[in-house]
Amino acid sequence: MIFRPRQVSSIIQQVYYIGAKSTTIVMLVALFTGMVLGLQLYYALVQFGSEGVLGTTISLSLVRELGPVLAAIMITARAGSSMATEVGIQRISEQIDALYTMRIDSLRYLVSPRIAASVISFPLLTAVFDLIGIVGGYISAVLLLGLNAGTYLHGVQSGVEMKDITGGFVKSIVFAIIVSTICCFQGYFTHMRRDSYGAKAVGLSTTSAVVLSCVLILVADYVVTSFLM
Amino acid sequence: MTNHPLIEFRDVTKRFGERTILHKVNLKIYDGDVTTIIGKSGVGKSVLLKHIIGLLKPDEGSVLFQGEPIDKMTKVEWNEYVTRISYMFQNNALFDSMTVFENVAMPLRQTTRLSEKEIKEKVMARVEQTELMPVVNKYPSELSGGMQKRVALSRALVTDPKIVLFDEPTTGQDLIRRNAILGMIAECHKSFGFTAILISHDLPDVFFISNRIIALDKGEVVFEGTPEELENFEHPFLDEFIDSLEGFQEHLTGLYSRRNFRVRYQKQIGQKHADETFVLLTFSVEDIGLVGTTLGQETSQKLIRALGIYLNKHFGSVGGFSTRQNTEQFVTVLPFSDLNEAQKILDDFATDLVERGLSNIQTSAQIPEGECFDFSISAGLAEGKQNEEIGSVLERAGAQRKTIARFQCDKRR
Repeated sequence: MIFRPRQVSSIIQQVYYIGAKSTTIVMLVALFTGMVLGLQLYYALVQFGSEGVLGTTISLSLVRELGPVLAAIMITARAGSSMATEVGIQRISEQIDALYTMRIDSLRYLVSPRIAASVISFPLLTAVFDLIGIVGGYISAVLLLGLNAGTYLHGVQSGVEMKDITGGFVKSIVFAIIVSTICCFQGYFTHMRRDSYGAKAVGLSTTSAVVLSCVLILVADYVVTSFLM
Repeated sequence: MTNHPLIEFRDVTKRFGERTILHKVNLKIYDGDVTTIIGKSGVGKSVLLKHIIGLLKPDEGSVLFQGEPIDKMTKVEWNEYVTRISYMFQNNALFDSMTVFENVAMPLRQTTRLSEKEIKEKVMARVEQTELMPVVNKYPSELSGGMQKRVALSRALVTDPKIVLFDEPTTGQDLIRRNAILGMIAECHKSFGFTAILISHDLPDVFFISNRIIALDKGEVVFEGTPEELENFEHPFLDEFIDSLEGFQEHLTGLYSRRNFRVRYQKQIGQKHADETFVLLTFSVEDIGLVGTTLGQETSQKLIRALGIYLNKHFGSVGGFSTRQNTEQFVTVLPFSDLNEAQKILDDFATDLVERGLSNIQTSAQIPEGECFDFSISAGLAEGKQNEEIGSVLERAGAQRKTIARFQCDKRR
């Protein structure tokens, strides 16, 4: 069994840390991503008289691609880095060895709740990102550039299908597993790094965790998209 | 002690890269004993300890538990084995995002089915025993090094283990706290009857609570035996190691280490004619456990130390020299006195102790005025001859021991 009943509280704690505490930054990035998309696409589409599809274009870009990818990258930057650091420090200060001596499975105790919390948090934050991104597009296209509100909202409603939303969530779950596993793995094996020791090793593990996660998010995005198309 | 070792190392070799840390180590640890591993820094003491709990695995040789190699145990056997063991890390390894209470409760919460109420009772008992009540809700980073050690000690003992591995439990502590921690370990060992394996540099203090000593040098066991056997063991490493530590000890306490006490004893008594005598006195602090209970282990250790200094000062002025025999006993030799004269000196000491000594000791031990505590001091003396073994004189003096001073709390009288 991966999770034990007594781990529920630590999963909730991690959901709060990885999910709830990342909401603000995810919303902020989503808002400006949506606004930039609205701005760029409006001027591109207006040249062909196709500004009516702006809502569809923005919402599809966000729901299918930008939402899951950017949300995952933002969570990696905020929560993934701290996952790697926290577990790394626990490794070098022998806290993980202490768990072993107390017969506590360190993978179950430290890693499982983080993976579970990521799987819960990533799709939720992706949904928040999508929603706020669409609002951002509305602000720039409708409120600032004067596109008809009904046109924009109709484009959003008619353009996005359930399979797009499901596809976005599938991606976010894949990213959640990748990010949490890589970040915890980098921290957990900090002591086995050959290039450095101690605090420096923790720093390098954190850097590796963030870089590797971001790269793998993009690689996985391509792979999952190719399966979903 | 049974003849079958509880834990045995057979030709254990451990290498880290090119470096050989342990080289064909053979040693035995017996059930119920306090075994202390001594050696200079970096000789592989912690590595040796980590092999017992499986944190490290030997490159060659094997570690046996009750005759069975631990690496060949089934999962069930291994779990049973590890359940018996508790480990106190050199750097404490406390969970820094948890409070003292949560740290101590951690093994109970994660590995037992005890209710929260039962966990709280057990944890609070240990916390109280280790004098951590005022900081129970603080985080490790808010505590001093000494307090952190005590939190680690509480956590190690909270599961009532059968074998406890202490990796330098007193490192970084001042003399008083060191003795308090060793006293606590001795007390817990007495109460719970676990097998203790300690790594320590605190010679000779650690001898008082140890049944067996294992000395490591350059990855090899150079000595295995009782503290008494170690004192008579000739080895260049031991001379260098013990002399440096004991010199520091004497500087701090003003008392001779047991080893140097013997040297002076042999020098002074050995020069006497065969028919010349000397007097040996033995002092014992009794009911000091009550002081520990009411004022704390640290205070009781301060009190014993202050008493030792006071005793040394008194008898030193008449040519005597003293040492601490164990946690609660002192031995003094009066090389130039006969029995009558020694008895008179002892009577003077007893009178002086009751009239003035206690307030001096109380001040030295930093016990506030008006604090309530009880303890008594008993003393015995015997005359010895030049060619007589110190052990037999000590035995005779011990048999003569009677109470010379009793301090009782005014408030309770």
